[in-house]
Amino acid sequence: MIEGFIGKKLGMTRVFTGDEDLPVTVIKADGCYIVQKKTAEKDGYEAVQLGFEEKKAKRVNKPMAEHFKKAGTPCFYHLREFRGSGLDDLRVGQKVTLTDVFEVGEFVDVTGQSKGKGFTGVMKRWNFRGGPASHGSMHNRAPGSIGQSSFPSRVFKGMKMAGHHGAKRVTTQNLKVVAIKEDEGLILVRGCVPGPKGAVVVIKKSIKKRKAEE
Amino acid sequence: MDSILSGIEKEYLRTDIPEFRPGDTVVVKVKIKEGDKERVQAFEGVVIRRRGGGTGATFTVRKVSYGIGVERTFPLHSPGIESIVVKTRGKVRRARLYYLRGLKGKKARIKERRD
Repeated sequence: MIEGFIGKKLGMTRVFTGDEDLPVTVIKADGCYIVQKKTAEKDGYEAVQLGFEEKKAKRVNKPMAEHFKKAGTPCFYHLREFRGSGLDDLRVGQKVTLTDVFEVGEFVDVTGQSKGKGFTGVMKRWNFRGGPASHGSMHNRAPGSIGQSSFPSRVFKGMKMAGHHGAKRVTTQNLKVVAIKEDEGLILVRGCVPGPKGAVVVIKKSIKKRKAEE
Repeated sequence: MDSILSGIEKEYLRTDIPEFRPGDTVVVKVKIKEGDKERVQAFEGVVIRRRGGGTGATFTVRKVSYGIGVERTFPLHSPGIESIVVKTRGKVRRARLYYLRGLKGKKARIKERRD
């Protein structure tokens, strides 16, 4: 089984299933192609490389063009490798769809690049409490003390301070698959997912929930 | 992109919801689960607000219960609502009737809409 899939975040909405009222993220994942297979004999581990979002052949550079030609697939913008076992019956060039990988009710982890927040202060970046807003307080959003005096005479490494926030790789764990629309290639997961609309995200089978079952 | 989202929402929209506006008096029959038993409770009052679109649309109903104002906001398309019945249609000049919160008795009445 392939352990993951590549998709594109479309946005969030709200659906009703049975008595439940759920916030869901809609991810478009209308099929990936197997571009390469890694085998235990050759590479030391088993995995498949999936390609997502087709790219015009003239936009692909020569080394990559050969890579896709070898697989006999169209060219892609995104390539990702997914480990798995029992991949023998999968062949290079084959198309993989959502239902091959996930089923409704299963738990998944979704990884993507979070929205960039720019240069932010400590309250937003590290959830500092800040100072009182009124009564003449002049300590509003400032970080306060960042260390001691003559000893150690320096600021410790890793001190939480203002700086660039967001736009980094984030994984949201244990999201339940609410629905899979096979025809449109859409998957609905409960809750939110990193990144803006249109962001490329990687959906994988949940690490934690699987461990709990074993 | 948004058309895909609204396409998904379409499946979950209810078609049995009557047309109503702010100012109308409605009876909302709400399903309530107690253990494994289910019963229906009615909430009757004036619609003071409708907001949102698609599956996220909600409406707020205000009533005065034993002298205390009570407002409840319901998701319009929730399966937890058994039915909505429009009792009277009201004639109001704005979309958000928050001014009713400051009024009571005769002043909090709404003229009936006849057209």
